[in-house]
Amino acid sequence: MLGVFMALDTVLFYVFFEAGLIPMFLIIGIWGGARRIYASFKLFLYTLLGSVLMLLAIMFMYFDAGTTDIVKLLAHKFDPKFQYWLWLAFFASFAVKMPMWPVHTWLPDAHVEAPTAGSVILAAILLKMGGYGFIRFSLPMFPDASVYFAPVVFALSVIAIVYTSLVAMMQEDIKKLIAYSSVAHMGFVTMGIFSGNTQGVQGAVFQMVSHGLVSGALFLCVGVVYDRMHTREISAYGGLVNRMPWYAFVFMVFTMANVGLPGTSGFVGEFLTLLGAFKANTWVAFLATTGVILSACYALWLFARVIFGEIRRPVFETIPDLDRREMAMLAPLVILVIYYGVQPGPILDASAASVDQIVKTYQAAANAMAKTAALVP
Amino acid sequence: MNVTTPIFALPSLVPALPEIVLALGALLMILIGAIKGQSAQTQRVVDSLAIALLLIALVIVIGQDNAKVLTFERAFVSDGFSRFMKVLTLAGSIMAILLAMDFMKRRSIEKFEYPILITLATLGMMMMISANDLIALYIGLELQSLALYVVASIHRDDAKSSEAGLKYFVLGALASGMLLYGASLIYGFTGNINFDAIATVLQGNAATGAVFGLVFLTAGLAFKVSAVPFHMWTPDVYEGAPTPVTAFFAGAPKMAAIALFVRVMMEAFPGIAHQWQQIVAFLAIASMVLGAFAAIGQTNLKRLMAYSSISNMGYALVALAAGNQSGVQGVAVFMATYLMMTAGVFACVLALTNAKGHAESIDDLAGLSKTRPGIAFILAMLMFSLVGIPPLAGFFGKFYAFAAAIEAKLYLLAVIGIVSSVISAFYYLRIVKVMYFDEASVAYGEGDAGVKAVMAVSFAFVFLFAIIAGPVVTMAQAAAKSLF
Repeated sequence: MLGVFMALDTVLFYVFFEAGLIPMFLIIGIWGGARRIYASFKLFLYTLLGSVLMLLAIMFMYFDAGTTDIVKLLAHKFDPKFQYWLWLAFFASFAVKMPMWPVHTWLPDAHVEAPTAGSVILAAILLKMGGYGFIRFSLPMFPDASVYFAPVVFALSVIAIVYTSLVAMMQEDIKKLIAYSSVAHMGFVTMGIFSGNTQGVQGAVFQMVSHGLVSGALFLCVGVVYDRMHTREISAYGGLVNRMPWYAFVFMVFTMANVGLPGTSGFVGEFLTLLGAFKANTWVAFLATTGVILSACYALWLFARVIFGEIRRPVFETIPDLDRREMAMLAPLVILVIYYGVQPGPILDASAASVDQIVKTYQAAANAMAKTAALVP
Repeated sequence: MNVTTPIFALPSLVPALPEIVLALGALLMILIGAIKGQSAQTQRVVDSLAIALLLIALVIVIGQDNAKVLTFERAFVSDGFSRFMKVLTLAGSIMAILLAMDFMKRRSIEKFEYPILITLATLGMMMMISANDLIALYIGLELQSLALYVVASIHRDDAKSSEAGLKYFVLGALASGMLLYGASLIYGFTGNINFDAIATVLQGNAATGAVFGLVFLTAGLAFKVSAVPFHMWTPDVYEGAPTPVTAFFAGAPKMAAIALFVRVMMEAFPGIAHQWQQIVAFLAIASMVLGAFAAIGQTNLKRLMAYSSISNMGYALVALAAGNQSGVQGVAVFMATYLMMTAGVFACVLALTNAKGHAESIDDLAGLSKTRPGIAFILAMLMFSLVGIPPLAGFFGKFYAFAAAIEAKLYLLAVIGIVSSVISAFYYLRIVKVMYFDEASVAYGEGDAGVKAVMAVSFAFVFLFAIIAGPVVTMAQAAAKSLF
């Protein structure tokens, strides 16, 4: 999967993009939960349909531009008429991977059925391919189409943020709740990317990093209690703080990061994407902000129900706290989440140069489009 | 083309050397069989002789060069394209004999006629590939078909096998009739039987009669490649015939039939490409879609592979419909990957034998990852390859096929192909699911040396295709160039 992020050739990119599917299919299908087969098929077929459309677009680009080298393709100017179709083909692929509403339904299923390790890979790496693709391909290669379709993406992102937050609130399964919150957070990412300004795109990059850390860590947390109790029902837990103080602390840090509390990495990402969106479209930012409130509702509620309260079942009296192995896994994540929350500089600096370039082409296209719009009476 | 060879002189035999070797060898094998009678020893001798003959032919074909050579009054052509497709055909036939050796012994239906018939069928296929006029086309096709009819019913005490042979014969005869009728119409309206000569006559707006002939000819060829709507025989024959024979049907004859299809369309009818492109595009769409949907409900592995080969022929026809050089290249690459994948799948099926027979239905594969992890892994990779997941061979085959369609601006065709390929992913994955996610039920052996060899070769080809893709594609390109 590392190859996806390094490939500088569209075909190679596609090869790596797809090759990740076989292991995921097998990981979920073999070691997953009760409905694992349904989940693995859904994951496979959804993502395959998306990516083969991208493959067609890649072939078309090859015949149009005569190369599959990404660097050269970036310099090639595609006819706006084709840009729309190419953009849509790429969008189909990335939106599924992302996942965006309304093609997100594979994610909760896959997450719930996947073993902990599979969930972490899904959340931390697989979901990032979509965002990477948008920034790498859609925005710089098809700027005109991106400007044209930006309102659609905004609408879908806002729906994703608000709707899936509401859905998350009603979940009774811890993993499903986190999965829906992932969809909502990815909504921030797409919103940031298509706001088309520096803050938005940088925020999106940051949000992806942060989300990889936070939701990966949250899935690990769920895995910790699941290993002990073999249930993911929220109602089965309660009062863990009495027996597992360290666990409660770690879980709290990640919950706060998920909500976007200042001082954690989640805040920086959400703030920057919202700032970017505010510049591009005030209403979008306004609606998305309600998502932040909603995320506080479901995340804190989850935390309260799992960690606080009475111990409901006698088995919890003897539940052990984190052991050394689990500590060793979670501690670096805690440190990183807080470090990037206080000190976001390193990531922002690293991505600044390439983001600037992308934003420039995007803004140029937007201005050109505004001009033509002004010319038409 | 200016042929100065006097009529009474012996035509140049060199281009047809592999065919001559096979023809003489087949007669020699019949002699051996007839003198020695049916016995285990005869069987061994004839089997190895057949493999040796096919290998010799393979070496000669590889040794030929890509330049276009015509002989036998321009009825027989040897060029880069024929060379590429002949290599595939011969490889398919060799694998078919390897796969059959153990199976026939187990079922006690060993017959020395089997390798002989395979050799003769291969001879017919090579004639088809090299045919350069309508008569050579028909002779090659019939030689192949007649041998295949017999091979299908080689297990003659088995009702299903006999039924398969009879069904194939009746429908095949009908298709040959249509093809012959089409050929006679074309001859009537163009006054020529030679492909090049037909091409010079048929330019732009062709006479309606000639187009009618083209339609009939296409129908006959579509039957041989089992393209929808001429596919009816395929599932029944695949299911009824003994499994190694099915493996043979799915491989070599398809190579020859597609090669013939390509040559006829590209050499004889390039002037009226817009006429046949529509027909081929329709055949491609119907095959891909029907193959993808019909396979979903199948429980029998052989029937499933039948529908899989129908939809795969659809992909090959997508590339042909493009009608340009990269289309032919796409066909060649696609057929190479298809041949190796199907041979591998059938090798896996044949390897999974026990006292009762071999794995027939999909449920028989349950839990194979625990009982036979090696075979399960190979079969799973072959399935992913058939789905078209990179970096396996199947991806490259589909890639070049669809790329050709995109280049020819047949976007709709490419999109339908891609979508049906996703639909077909469902049933390929179901096999992986059954092997990896279900509980084990039956124990199996691991196959004899011949089966293992085929399995190893096809697995290596499929798994490592990304490494050898360069040379294969270059060869396919050279092959395609010789038709333009």
